[in-house]
Amino acid sequence: MNIDSIHNGIVLDHIQAGKAMEIYRFLGLDSLDCSVAIIKNAPSKKQGRKDIIKVDSEMDLDLNILGFIDPAITVNVIRDGKLVEKKHLTLPEQIRDVLKCKNPRCITSVEQELPHVFKLTDRSRAVYRCIYCETKAGG
Amino acid sequence: MRSLIDIQELSVQEIDELIEKANDIIAHPEAYREKCRYKKLATLFFEPSTRTRLSFEAAMYELGGQVLGFSEAQSSSAAKGESVSDTVRVVSGYADIIAMRHPKEGAPLVASMAATVPVINAGDGGHLHPTQTLTDLLTISREKGRLHDLTIGFCGDLKFGRTVHSLIAAMARYDNVRFVLVSPTELKLPSYIKKEILQQKGLEYVQTTDLAAVMPSLDILYMTRVQRERFFNEEDYLRLKDSYILTPEKLANAKPDLSILHPLPRVNEISTAIDADPRACYFRQALYGKYIRMALILKLLEVE
Repeated sequence: MNIDSIHNGIVLDHIQAGKAMEIYRFLGLDSLDCSVAIIKNAPSKKQGRKDIIKVDSEMDLDLNILGFIDPAITVNVIRDGKLVEKKHLTLPEQIRDVLKCKNPRCITSVEQELPHVFKLTDRSRAVYRCIYCETKAGG
Repeated sequence: MRSLIDIQELSVQEIDELIEKANDIIAHPEAYREKCRYKKLATLFFEPSTRTRLSFEAAMYELGGQVLGFSEAQSSSAAKGESVSDTVRVVSGYADIIAMRHPKEGAPLVASMAATVPVINAGDGGHLHPTQTLTDLLTISREKGRLHDLTIGFCGDLKFGRTVHSLIAAMARYDNVRFVLVSPTELKLPSYIKKEILQQKGLEYVQTTDLAAVMPSLDILYMTRVQRERFFNEEDYLRLKDSYILTPEKLANAKPDLSILHPLPRVNEISTAIDADPRACYFRQALYGKYIRMALILKLLEVE
């Protein structure tokens, strides 16, 4: 399968197989008018299979959010056809307005304008908790 | 400016200092009668409470300060839909320190972010209640003379009982404390507290439904009420409320120097026949609550 190399842009590599569309939607890549390639189930020595997204345009990425979705992703920055930077992601300490607290007893359930903030409480198990009520994200 | 939202914000040293200060207040109350003269405490109670609110108010009066506030949401601007942040911004102009109780978890944290004076969390739903934990720690310290080398049993509602969760987290910081968790299966301690506090720190604990079997091992028995307001379902409440009732017979094989604590109010989980037993500490505990709150107010107002 041939996909043109990109000249100036970013390559999101080592995406967990099957997660590319989620990231595509999350980063709002559908609103870009440049070329965007989504490669699914590409062979990977480390992961067996992986997804890759190539965006043929420079763009600002929220690495915190990306790290929260999949900390294994590598962000390659391409300029003039060359790899100029490789960024490895980690789980962010805090995420803001990405998730909503689902605890009906949380103050965020009645005060709609409050930011929904979650903090990382267990890095090894990627556990995030609401800063207000300490409810586990997704719990 | 500092607030107190979660007991974990206080270091062990700070807790020891608060206990020391409370003990000094108990020994020399007259030395503290003017410490907060011209200072005002606002008690913003969006949820009814007798003990906590009155002990905060008594604490401030005994420091020579004054008190203003409300005792239910209906008599506050919250009934008109005002946000917690807006309420405390306004009250920051009227008082030097705020004690807030709110039915929603995290409301006092939101308040502390918006206020320009210290905020004390006086209970946020089923979540945190740091001044109750300080009260419990002062009580244990005074009754036992130490906060380490103890076996502490928690009995009743360990699932929704916020005082239990906070006290476990606080006691887990002292050396050689063993935990005995006694509850019906439906009201067991949440697994995240076991994992993140007890197991992560490698602390010794026993989980059981049988109070009689563990009674002889206990230095402290912390009884709790099965609280109606924490249940969504009345049927579940009625089924579980009488699960563990402490009677003189059940104390037959307890240690002679056992200390029985209860955050109060009691419904029927401790028989009144136990009140005269010297091992019953719960009324002294309620009194100590006033002194530790005095110590805390002094600390947050930075009054020497």
